[in-house]
Amino acid sequence: MTKVAFEIHDMTVAYYRRPVLWDVDLTVPEGKLVGIVGPNGAGKTTLIKAALGLVPLASGKVEIYGKSYAEQRHLVGYVPQRESVDWDFPVTVRDVVLMGTYGRLGWFRRPGKAEREIADRCLEQVDIASLANRQIRQLSGGQQQRVFLARALAQQAQLYFLDEPFAGVDAATEGAIVELLHTLRSNGKTVLVVHHDLQTVREYFDYVILLNMRLIACGDVDTTFTPENLQKTYGGRLTLLDEAAEAMRKREPL
Amino acid sequence: MDGFSLSQKVMIGTALLGGMSGVVGSFAVLRGRSLVGDMLAHAALPGVCLAFLLLGTRNLLGLSLGALATGLVAIATVTVIVRWTRTKEDAAIGIVLSTFFGAGVVLLSVIQKPGVGGNKAGLDQYLFGEPANMLTGDLYLLGGVAVVVLAAVAMLFKEFKLVCFDTDFAQSQGWPTLWLDLAMMAALAVVTIVGLPIVGVILMAAMIILPAATARFWTNRLHILLLLAGALGVAAGLLGSRLGHDLPAGASIVLTASTLFVVSLLFAPQRGIVARVVAEWQMRRRINREHLLRALYELGESRLPKIAEIPVKDLRSYRYWNPKSLDRLLQWAVGDDLMKVALNRVQLTPLGLRRAAELTKTHRLWEMYLMQQANIAADHVDRDADETEHLLPPAVRLELEQQLEEAGRLPHSVIDVPQSPHQLESSSETEANNQQSQP
Repeated sequence: MTKVAFEIHDMTVAYYRRPVLWDVDLTVPEGKLVGIVGPNGAGKTTLIKAALGLVPLASGKVEIYGKSYAEQRHLVGYVPQRESVDWDFPVTVRDVVLMGTYGRLGWFRRPGKAEREIADRCLEQVDIASLANRQIRQLSGGQQQRVFLARALAQQAQLYFLDEPFAGVDAATEGAIVELLHTLRSNGKTVLVVHHDLQTVREYFDYVILLNMRLIACGDVDTTFTPENLQKTYGGRLTLLDEAAEAMRKREPL
Repeated sequence: MDGFSLSQKVMIGTALLGGMSGVVGSFAVLRGRSLVGDMLAHAALPGVCLAFLLLGTRNLLGLSLGALATGLVAIATVTVIVRWTRTKEDAAIGIVLSTFFGAGVVLLSVIQKPGVGGNKAGLDQYLFGEPANMLTGDLYLLGGVAVVVLAAVAMLFKEFKLVCFDTDFAQSQGWPTLWLDLAMMAALAVVTIVGLPIVGVILMAAMIILPAATARFWTNRLHILLLLAGALGVAAGLLGSRLGHDLPAGASIVLTASTLFVVSLLFAPQRGIVARVVAEWQMRRRINREHLLRALYELGESRLPKIAEIPVKDLRSYRYWNPKSLDRLLQWAVGDDLMKVALNRVQLTPLGLRRAAELTKTHRLWEMYLMQQANIAADHVDRDADETEHLLPPAVRLELEQQLEEAGRLPHSVIDVPQSPHQLESSSETEANNQQSQP
């Protein structure tokens, strides 16, 4: 029996009283590449943000290697969506990657030689070592995504959450990311990836979480990524859940 | 410090204020919070008046605490309005800012009435600022605030940088992003309020925003941005209080800061308007030169390897040239030993031929690529190729050649075009221009 890397118990998440995830309950074993799949507005990003403690849980709990996120955050690496930051910010590629080491450094300590070596190694792993001193605005979309990946690598984590790393990147970057995922898996890491392209799910992942406001299915790709489950995930809106959520939002008019 | 003359005190005070508002303002500007400083400044006025009515004296510390109190109430009001109504943040800031300022002006006019309060001389300096009223004690307060604020920024530099750039990532690492954000706001509030008697509530926002916005033109690194913004703030304080000694000091400090901004806007390398216009002009000139070389190659192509003499008349009818620019182009090319002009006939030199052949080759490769791989119609392809080929980096050009060769579509006549010994020179020029022409 392999270890459980990530577990969610009966989690419900709401934004402004409107529930976006209902009663999610799932387990991810260590060493899996996990695709989080579902239509727009299904709560994929919310699932990640809730796991990282970025949005409050209405109920339920999240466990990483059996303990709460607050205790285990040093085991977690995070790649947010690329559009979530201002790429005109006055920092270089290496500055951004170094931010991955800040969590370990703690208060007041500055990154030193050891951290810079880690950052440069991570940049090499994503093939953009030559861009280390560039301002981040001068990069292409694919290169920016690689910077974020390198920053997550610099966190030296066991469990990685990647929010749409394949969105708007070139074919070469997509290939590089897949290769990186395989390297991570062979090093015993677990990676959860929000993914949009159903065509490539079988090719890229070995475990899948199907999501549409509630958990549809979770398990090995071979047994879980089936036409029936996809039909349940994408076929028809879950109108009842939608209406219930809307009703809760409207209960107190603004 | 009593040994200082008034003008020295003014210069020290304005320099201190400029330096710290430049540093603290940088974080506010990067975080998109420039207007918060403006709101704090305006909302401070009623606090100043209330504190004066309560204390009956014009003590800087007391008045500053009053200013801070109403400033915080204003921030809280904006937060509540944004959170609980459909009003957007910019509208909420506008509403709160003008309401508090209006209340301040009314209170000020009440205080001005005879029989209210004690010595009110100089209280209206809070409107437009008057550094000449600075007391030695005020200077100590400014110095103390500067030391505390700058030390906090130096210590928390890494944390502030992370929160400003990517709040979610910072929070996922366990940083208390809310408290760090509040610390930045608090620094901004304190600097704004001690600056009020010097530049006034109306102009204080400029001291927060201008040095940071100016410094952004000159650097892409945050720590340099902070140092530069601080230095620019000091410079604005010193120059402004020096140059405008018989003008309203607050206004002349702000105008000095705006002058520095305009100079940077125009003349900064890469980001400045002049540099961008020059890069654009160089690019256009290079494209014209390349067009000239290619036109000559194509006109004389049938007679190769003999280098033909082309009548200028033919060149003019081959493609459209601005008549004056064609003459200038020819002069340049003759000067660079690329061609000879005699009796209205142009002849490429061997060097010019090699350059022209290289350019023609790129053009044709790119055309073929567009037609075959990108399905662009043959009658459009010349124009499309024209627009992009000048920007192709050498690596792409090489790959283009390889791809077409692998597909067996690289014509022999093109392979046979002799290699130019100047390829490196022209390609490094291409790269330099590419970088410059980025906005």
